[in-house]
Amino acid sequence: MSKTITIDGKTIPFEDGQTIMEAATAADVYIPHLCHHPEFTPHGSCKLCTVKVNGRNCSACTFPAAEGQDVLNNTQELIDDRRKITQMLFVEGNHFCPSCEKTGNCQLQAVAYHLNMLDDHFPLFYPNREMDASHPDVLIDHNRCIFCALCVRASQQHDGKNVFAISGRGINKHLIFNAESGQLKDTDLDKNDKAAHICPTGAILIKRTGYQVPIGQRIYDHHEIDEVSLATTEHQHGE
Amino acid sequence: MANKIRVATTSLAGCFGCHMSFLDLDERLVQLAELVEFDRSPITDIEHCTDCDIGLIEGGVCNSENVHTLREFRKNCKILVAVGACAINGGLPAMRNFIPLEECLSEAYLDGIGVENPQIPSDVELPLLLDKVRPIHEVVKIDYYLPGCPPSADVFWKFLTDLLAGREPELDYELVHYD
Ligand code: SF4
Ligand code: SF4
Ligand code: FES
Repeated sequence: MSKTITIDGKTIPFEDGQTIMEAATAADVYIPHLCHHPEFTPHGSCKLCTVKVNGRNCSACTFPAAEGQDVLNNTQELIDDRRKITQMLFVEGNHFCPSCEKTGNCQLQAVAYHLNMLDDHFPLFYPNREMDASHPDVLIDHNRCIFCALCVRASQQHDGKNVFAISGRGINKHLIFNAESGQLKDTDLDKNDKAAHICPTGAILIKRTGYQVPIGQRIYDHHEIDEVSLATTEHQHGE
Repeated sequence: MANKIRVATTSLAGCFGCHMSFLDLDERLVQLAELVEFDRSPITDIEHCTDCDIGLIEGGVCNSENVHTLREFRKNCKILVAVGACAINGGLPAMRNFIPLEECLSEAYLDGIGVENPQIPSDVELPLLLDKVRPIHEVVKIDYYLPGCPPSADVFWKFLTDLLAGREPELDYELVHYD
């Protein structure tokens, strides 16, 4: 008999070594997430995947599943918490969706839609952040970075490079590039690298591809992120 | 007809795009007109709000006059609604927040290409600019939010018909857009 946990009362099997997120995904249960990606080691930074495990808040993407755990996922309290977390992610960056190439294909926006987030709730920070357009094929807009470190992990764990890192703290936290000049053009990033396509937001964009699919016909314009995320074909990073 | 629901609308630091989208209600406007009457609004040219049930605010605040108008709406409207991206997060006008005000003004009125008779406008009639464009929930309490750039006519319709029928307004997935 396989070991099981329950999520919102539903019995879910798991294998030793699986996280709650992995067990849930295998059983077609969506837990909202942004910094989690099945191919990379968990990072546990965005806290969107917060669930209650035996009464305590835990990050589903890092917390190991264990026999008999009672996990709460879709409670009103957790949904409200996740909406607040998403609002914080919005106000601490600069997210002007109408002028963002990623709109409609953006996972941050899609999570916000999924949580029925209609406002930002908090005062906006309007931090002063830069862009790096130095690379011939890839554009970085720091205004939209949520520090999920997916590009960092994809570059190291998939591309066999080490292009990105996160540096600094608090309001000064920012993405840096592995080059003496600090500019993206002086790194070995190639536009076909996984790291150039992994960003859940519009912080990393491939130049000259932004409007190939018109606004209104993009993935999350008509499909909720839970459905897209659980689908086996990986089409969430449409460009 | 007595006891119509009274609605006021205004555009602060916006482009009137939300108002244009509201007019996209087209023939549904006739139905709406049976239930509501308009107080202060670009549609009526009434200059000041009196007691209203619903106030619809397009745009964020970018100058002192916007702040006064917003406070007047809050004082007079039972339900105040932030309409569109700019009211909710400052929107595209807030993209000037990253450039010092002095630089914005010099670019527009002194050093910009094709500027004749360069001078920074300064007249008592002109409202003073705020150093940053801000969303309206930072200035007054907001009761409801209609996201979108602009929110579609269907969003206005769903929201107003819910409210007029005494239901808690709800926007389904397809009606929630930030773009
Ligand atoms: S990254 Fe996503 S949330 Fe941010 S501006 Fe672009 S579409 Fe909007
Ligand atoms: S650039 Fe994108 S992938 Fe990289 S840390 Fe920022 S949000 Fe995450
Ligand atoms: S998905 Fe678990 S913390 Fe980000």
